[in-house]
Amino acid sequence: MSSAPTTRQQPAPPAEDGLHAALSATARPPRPGPLAAALTFAWRGMLKIKHVPEQLIDVTITPVLFLLMFTYLFGGALAGSTSEYLQFLLPGILVQSVLFTAVYSGVTLNTDVTKGVVDRFRSVPIWSPAPLVGAVLGDCVRYAIASTVVVVLGLIMGYRPEAGIPGVLAAMLLVVVFSSGLAWVFTTVGLLMRSPSAVMNTGFMGLFPLIFLSNVFVEPETLPGWLEWFVGVNPISLLVTAVRGLMDGSVAAGEILLPLAVAAALTAIFAPLTVRLYRGRG
Amino acid sequence: MTSNPSLAIEATGLVKAYGRTRAVDGVDLQVPAGTVYGVLGPNGAGKTTTIRMLATLLRPDAGSARILGHDVVQEADAVRGLVSLTGQLASVDEDLTGRENLVLVGRLLGFRRAQASERADELLAAFGLEDAAGRLVKHYSGGMRRRLDIAASIVVTPQLMFLDEPTTGLDPRSRNQVWDIVRALVGQGTTVLLCTQYLDEADQLADRIAVIDRGRVIADGTPSELKASVGKGTLHVRLLDPAQRAEARETLERALGASVRVEADPAALSAPVADAERASEALAALARAGVAPAGFSLGQPSLDEVFMALTGHAAEETDTETVQDAA
Repeated sequence: MSSAPTTRQQPAPPAEDGLHAALSATARPPRPGPLAAALTFAWRGMLKIKHVPEQLIDVTITPVLFLLMFTYLFGGALAGSTSEYLQFLLPGILVQSVLFTAVYSGVTLNTDVTKGVVDRFRSVPIWSPAPLVGAVLGDCVRYAIASTVVVVLGLIMGYRPEAGIPGVLAAMLLVVVFSSGLAWVFTTVGLLMRSPSAVMNTGFMGLFPLIFLSNVFVEPETLPGWLEWFVGVNPISLLVTAVRGLMDGSVAAGEILLPLAVAAALTAIFAPLTVRLYRGRG
Repeated sequence: MTSNPSLAIEATGLVKAYGRTRAVDGVDLQVPAGTVYGVLGPNGAGKTTTIRMLATLLRPDAGSARILGHDVVQEADAVRGLVSLTGQLASVDEDLTGRENLVLVGRLLGFRRAQASERADELLAAFGLEDAAGRLVKHYSGGMRRRLDIAASIVVTPQLMFLDEPTTGLDPRSRNQVWDIVRALVGQGTTVLLCTQYLDEADQLADRIAVIDRGRVIADGTPSELKASVGKGTLHVRLLDPAQRAEARETLERALGASVRVEADPAALSAPVADAERASEALAALARAGVAPAGFSLGQPSLDEVFMALTGHAAEETDTETVQDAA
């Protein structure tokens, strides 16, 4: 093993003729429209999921551990039986896992900035928000994968959605839509912070208390009044209520509209802010 | 400003300030189309900031610039359609393969998927990256990344290419490859603005050089004009016996009529010389004095020497962090 020479992976030098052929002026095609450019970036996001699946594991492992731990450790004490608690907990964990994944939208954007790829994107004549919009679109795939992992694990553990597959799919769709709204908050953070790990820490530090102070783990009625009030207005609770309703078939239209309105508001505020920060960079 | 069609870059009074530091403090540049124009300066002199303003990545605080007739602020999109930038940080995606990087850029430029793939393969072959095409860029060597980065910049042949320190950190072999690519690019009619901190590199590639220091252009001319301003070069002598250095210094000073510098290496001396003939006379004088050199060389003036001659301070003294008082 010792004498492997360092010349092992010598790259071939550029071939003279090929070089000149490659350089002989290539005609510029018509520039892509905004949607085509954004979709190209969404494709890039999916390639990254393929090449760096670790990222997905990072964010799914926490919710999976929470699901196992809360169900089997606290389930009996909190809800009388572990199976009953699982029915209550699973939609909440679904929300938790996908929201965590949304932090990565900010982390990847920050990585692009610190590594310099953004310079390439900004020096190409395309619709300038395309890299951002495309990344958020591509991340929806990530959210879908994260939510599938949680749902499948839940089913294995004995979770039974009363609204059946359509209810589960509708719930997953709602979570994905909400997360793409929330992702804009993290892309803003991603452009304000100096390093990808700072973005990750800020994102998780912000999300963790909001997730704990929601109705993910316990019924709000069991809480002291002031806390119950906070849990009630926490947007994550609104989302969890809607997701639970969709999965057990008891949802009211208003319950679905509330989290959608929150997602729309987050997008309306933070998407333009992200674009502004992105354009004014450097 | 009336624009001159034969100029690829026409910049007037460009300024960019960060807090109290004026990173670029009134840069004027006139770069004729079809040439390689070197911008030479130490780290922190304002080269990168200047290039970023010219490439529309940064908005100037004052001054203006036209690229091939288009204003970098008013017509940024038109400028982006004509130029390419290869930055100091290789602007490639580490988490994608080399091939995917090129396809991505091709798609962003408007190629259909099949065309983008075809162009990617053509470039990978031309740049000697075929074998690494399917490997993630994070596993590439520095030279391979650099070549991929340049390949990404010429998916569509740009009319003007910005190269920001394209060989910093590369081994000599990779550096020569990059130089070959630049020469080939220029052979196809692309104008190149090359930022570098190596006089040697500017000398090899550039038709004209602007020397930049503390955000200002302090000299500009052809490489030979610049070198003439600091003398032909430097004679470096290493002695067999360090004990003879004092004697050698005296002899050389007498023969050359210039002050001789003693180097940190206890056996080494160096002195500016006007031409090769004077240098050989000086060496003969050493031999007559019975001082035996272990070796000698007649080198080009270094960037440091150019700086000394032009500014009176060494290149390393300049630093972005130094807030300069109005002189």
